Amino acid sequence: MARILEFILNGRKRLDAVPDNRLLLDYLRETVGLTGTKTGCDGGECGACTVLVDDQPTLSCLTLAASVAGKRVDTVESLGANGALSAVQQGFHEKLGSQCGYCTPGFIMASAGLLRKNPKPSEEEIRSALGSNICRCTGYVKIIEAVQHAAKLYAAGEARP
Amino acid sequence: MEALSEFDLLRPTTLAGVLEARSAHPNSRLLGGGTDLLVNIRRGIVAPPVLIDVTGVGELRCMKADAHGLEIGACVTLTEIAGHAGVARIYPVVAQAAASIAGPTHRNMGTLGGNLCLDTRCIFYNQSEWWRQANNHCLKTTGDMCHVAPKSRGVCFATFSGDLAPALLTLGAEVDLLGPGGRRSLPLRELYIGVARHDEKATGGDGKNYLALKQGEIVTAVRARHEPGLRSAYDKVRIRRSIEYPVAGVAVALRRDGETLADLRVAITGTNPRPVLLEGTQALCGGKLDAGVFKGLDELVRDQIMSMKTTFTPGHYRRRVAGVLARRLVTRLFGQG
Ligand SMILES: Cc1cc2nc3c(=O)[nH]c(=O)nc-3n(C[C@H](O)[C@H](O)[C@H](O)COP(=O)(O)OP(=O)(O)OC[C@H]3O[C@@H](n4cnc5c(N)ncnc54)[C@H](O)[C@@H]3O)c2cc1C
Ligand code: SF4
Ligand code: FES
Ligand code: FES
Repeated sequence: MARILEFILNGRKRLDAVPDNRLLLDYLRETVGLTGTKTGCDGGECGACTVLVDDQPTLSCLTLAASVAGKRVDTVESLGANGALSAVQQGFHEKLGSQCGYCTPGFIMASAGLLRKNPKPSEEEIRSALGSNICRCTGYVKIIEAVQHAAKLYAAGEARP
Repeated sequence: MEALSEFDLLRPTTLAGVLEARSAHPNSRLLGGGTDLLVNIRRGIVAPPVLIDVTGVGELRCMKADAHGLEIGACVTLTEIAGHAGVARIYPVVAQAAASIAGPTHRNMGTLGGNLCLDTRCIFYNQSEWWRQANNHCLKTTGDMCHVAPKSRGVCFATFSGDLAPALLTLGAEVDLLGPGGRRSLPLRELYIGVARHDEKATGGDGKNYLALKQGEIVTAVRARHEPGLRSAYDKVRIRRSIEYPVAGVAVALRRDGETLADLRVAITGTNPRPVLLEGTQALCGGKLDAGVFKGLDELVRDQIMSMKTTFTPGHYRRRVAGVLARRLVTRLFGQG
């Protein structure tokens, strides 16, 4: 079966016909063409596909597109505005939180979800909030520094997370 | 992109709607957070023709934890359970178990119902379609032998790995079920029938047939009474600290009366085809917490924990880990101020 899916994607209302068995990840990448969200594994083991659903970090590879009806979904493409990076993006950029970059959109969305809920996280809170994401390059130290820096930028009112 | 097998998705918003959908589609599966079921669908392990998403059913979202008791609806998420102040304060074993599951993003999605009914796991089962096919499948799917125990004669030893069940078992929890025949409640212990051949009291269940749910039945909630003075905690060992199932997980609840161990309950997951509430712990109570208690506990673990080689770690290692965790938790809880 298919249905008309109506929801808010990156701040804008969206209407699409989606088959019931379409994953949110595939819908975003193939139907909408937003390829910032990555596929890193065959289901639930890497976090590369993390998006925010009503501000909560969610694995889009284990979410059916049809189940976000009426909700707000934010992907990494929603963060930068008018060419300016968001606080988290700026943090990852300045602190070298990204190497090959494949895991980065997932880490950035998990971090954005954390800062929206808890703008001044401790190092321990950052570590546990990123516990669903895997990175093969950085060794995580730089990623944690990036989120700490992002929290400072956000507190200084520079940009939204 | 590889398309998932074809299925229709139903999204009822009331329990009556769920029951109706269930009876109209006997081969349907319930969908909670999907962190277990959708992985298995993606890997071609199961291909249900209809999924019933129950996360929109308000009646399955109750959450109470106070000095009267604990009640958690099937669709409450693991994040909500772990973060609930009353659960953390009065039923710490449950909050700790919830907080230890998978990773934070998984916990935003995963539900109590899905965790209690979590499919059993095995290295020969949780694999892609081509991997399993190259290996001639196994009993739990379409094959005719068990690769873990080739002489098992039809018995599957896949391991139950949910973390909430052992925690709730130490609280003597009951589970509420709803099916075509109406409502019923069971001691949570009786929901799990995966005894498998090795256990003497075989009831027919194993790693394939591991739940006592009848056709069309669903879990609606779990409840436990508050027992004053009961101390409880959960701990588990895993390959890494997140995104990984337990090598072994142990829940302990005990009561200390002066210098006396007045009550002791120990439940273990990640080892057998069911979560095991150790039998015989009461006989260890009534005296001091001394070497005799630990020796007795080791014996109970040795006799009742039967880990087969269903994971990367050998079975005897998981059994030893379970025993060590149990000792540590008992020592810590007994010594707590
Ligand atoms: C990488 C990874 C690591 C994980 N690590 C752990 C771990 O350490 N510990 C752990 O316990 N789990 C772990 N999980 C599994 C999972 O995230 C949790 O167990 C979660 O609670 C499952 O709930 P769900 O709602 O997502 O289940 P679903 O996938 O929605 O459902 C699971 C099963 O339960 C059935 N079901 C769902 N709700 C009901 C109901 N109300 N009544 C009857 N049947 C129902 C479904 O039909 C399905 O068969 C992990 C998963 C992944 C992907
Ligand atoms: S224990 Fe045996 S039958 Fe069960 S899933 Fe593993 S290999 Fe298959
Ligand atoms: S793609 Fe790996 S967790 Fe979603
Ligand atoms: S930067 Fe390469 S995987 Fe993280």
